[in-house]
Amino acid sequence: MADRPMLSNRDADWHPEAFTPAYRSSILRSPKQKLITLQQSAGDLFGPVFGHDVLGPLDGDLIKNFAKSGESPIGERILVHGYLLDEIGKGIPGALIEVWQANAGGRYRHKNDDYLAPLDPNFGGCGRVITDDNGYYSFRTIKPGPYPWPNGGNDWRPAHIHYSVFGSGFAQRLITQMYFEGDPHIKRCPIVNTIKDPAAIDQLTAKLDMEHTVPMDLRAYRLDVILRGPRSTLFENKLEGN
Amino acid sequence: MSQKVRLKESPSQTAGPYVHIGCMPNFVGIPHVYAADLGTQMIGDETTGERIEIVGCIFDGAGELVKDAMIEIWQADASGNYAGQNGAGSQENREFSGWGRQPVDLETGQFIFQTIKPGRVPYADGQLQAPHVTIWIVARGINLGLSTRLYFSDEASANANDPVLSSLDEARASTLMAGLKDGQYQFDIRLQGEHETVFFDV
Repeated sequence: MADRPMLSNRDADWHPEAFTPAYRSSILRSPKQKLITLQQSAGDLFGPVFGHDVLGPLDGDLIKNFAKSGESPIGERILVHGYLLDEIGKGIPGALIEVWQANAGGRYRHKNDDYLAPLDPNFGGCGRVITDDNGYYSFRTIKPGPYPWPNGGNDWRPAHIHYSVFGSGFAQRLITQMYFEGDPHIKRCPIVNTIKDPAAIDQLTAKLDMEHTVPMDLRAYRLDVILRGPRSTLFENKLEGN
Repeated sequence: MSQKVRLKESPSQTAGPYVHIGCMPNFVGIPHVYAADLGTQMIGDETTGERIEIVGCIFDGAGELVKDAMIEIWQADASGNYAGQNGAGSQENREFSGWGRQPVDLETGQFIFQTIKPGRVPYADGQLQAPHVTIWIVARGINLGLSTRLYFSDEASANANDPVLSSLDEARASTLMAGLKDGQYQFDIRLQGEHETVFFDV
């Protein structure tokens, strides 16, 4: 039997539904049948383990990891940092976080992206980090630009950074996006608005963090990422008995 | 005693069409940033178990190929243990990570995993499950990663007693069955419509 605690159930109202027609790509890619609920077993509570040895020295520095020697990408220099926590607020150590993004002009280094804005010869757009013993992570990058996308109207994505996050169990696996405080495109974006609860959208919105801003160098943005945590057991049972 | 506020899981957002940049940059022509894309090689000379190949495609509700998805698989080793279960750095871990990641081909839509056939692992109630591989799918238009399972059609007796398969009607259970053809396990995934694949909430 699994010797790890069971994880909480996912809150389906907090996550986007599968079928969100304002985001047109979801129309034909959303299952119509209900998800079948499984009991958790070892395969859900354990997951792949990544050692720090998978990382290269510049993996967490998108300002440098694709740039030619002595050059830098165009754009606003930023540090993005925070904690990877479970739902009871405990840091998740040793977890792999992978990020990807457009460049400052809103263009991805991808053969399927043909937006007018140019590629930046010094920007690749990928980075990865492993959380420390307290679940803390940080990476340096340039602020991505907003860009238009084909969704049937005049739709623009807010500036965003994609996150791929591993917990300690495979059932915690999560991909999401991080937005920037104050971006007027957030409330207009059909992808953001697949999430119904404004508090949930706020949870993906990084806040300017002057305290960790490096004077004359870069500004900091803070985003904590939360993964599913242990189910409440005894404590909650006691409450239920009141 | 004060009750601690429980945090909410960060809500999911689609991986979008450019997931490869972050998770498999070498595959989309961003070389030299990472030495190799993670998860592309699951087995080595030391890995114990029957070598198998899993191939398939993903179809949308109009029957069109999905060409921008990323798939991860997670499975037990040949003796039915998951990496990490016997302690990090154990012999089993070094020989087989149990985790693989592949894109679907940007032109053909096909995915291929080279792995081993997993052993049987217990379900929550302790009953042994049939050998299976957990599959996780993300792509543009998928708002929350989809979880499913691949079972092996040549494991008839184990399948007949599997607690998950037994809970599904026959037609739905058949969407989880990989058939052996030309030495490969064929497993197509249908996101929507007739023969829609069973997806799980774990």
